[in-house]
Amino acid sequence: MRIELLWSEGCPSHPRALADLREALSEEGIGEEVLLRQIASDEEAERERFPGSPTIRIDGKDVFPAAPGEPLGLTCRCYRLRDGRVSPVPDPDDLRETLRRAKENA
Amino acid sequence: MSLAIGDRPPDLSLPDTDGTERSLYGDGQPSVVVFTCNHCPYALAWHDRILQAVTDYEPRGVRFLAVNPNDAERYPADSLEAMRARVAGDGGWPLPYLRDETQEAAREYGAKTTPDVFVLDAEGRLRYRGAPDADHMDPSLDAVWLREALDALLAGEQPARPETDPVGCSVKWKR
Repeated sequence: MRIELLWSEGCPSHPRALADLREALSEEGIGEEVLLRQIASDEEAERERFPGSPTIRIDGKDVFPAAPGEPLGLTCRCYRLRDGRVSPVPDPDDLRETLRRAKENA
Repeated sequence: MSLAIGDRPPDLSLPDTDGTERSLYGDGQPSVVVFTCNHCPYALAWHDRILQAVTDYEPRGVRFLAVNPNDAERYPADSLEAMRARVAGDGGWPLPYLRDETQEAAREYGAKTTPDVFVLDAEGRLRYRGAPDADHMDPSLDAVWLREALDALLAGEQPARPETDPVGCSVKWKR
């Protein structure tokens, strides 16, 4: 599996997202390294279909796909926790579940 | 440019979502100016705590203003239209939501993030600047740093914690 975390400046959430991702990978017994990629311009965000920071991709696919029509760009991405709260990072339980499915399908 | 504790920001007026021009200066009362926006998860996470502070402190003579300074061309979710839709969708807000189209207010205050909270005393001098509280993900903190600053001012004292680091999405400056 190729696991990427895409991030951009101006949004302080990616260190937390990276820590959560590494913890989830460890818990699920997935040994792959996380590739960090900075998105540095609006043009690059458009080219990469980057809906905001942080974005986690496995084998090129966003593990939490953006809603259709969601704008692309250098911004902080909004996630929803399982209790409904808005968060700048994905719910860790959702992350673990997604990684588990990806591992099963790999 | 950024305000220092004790500085007086210039008196600026900005339109709210109803088109009413609002001065950022209080009229002899403490003021809270919160730079915020529609699209940032940090601003959204802290939003209800800010609204609760309005409900609790406005009756005690504190004036609150929310200001959206983001470049709406690159971030359409922060346009005046989107601001109006959000306020209407919420059934109204207990504080005016102002549009800083030229970004002059954000520059004069030195706003860095959304949210970024500025508390001015009755003379218009900056007495607190920073985050509402220590953790956007913990609603139980209840904007305690903002509340501590207001409690001090209302008691005729200076806040014991006049500055904290603002936390959130960077202000989206025009290019």
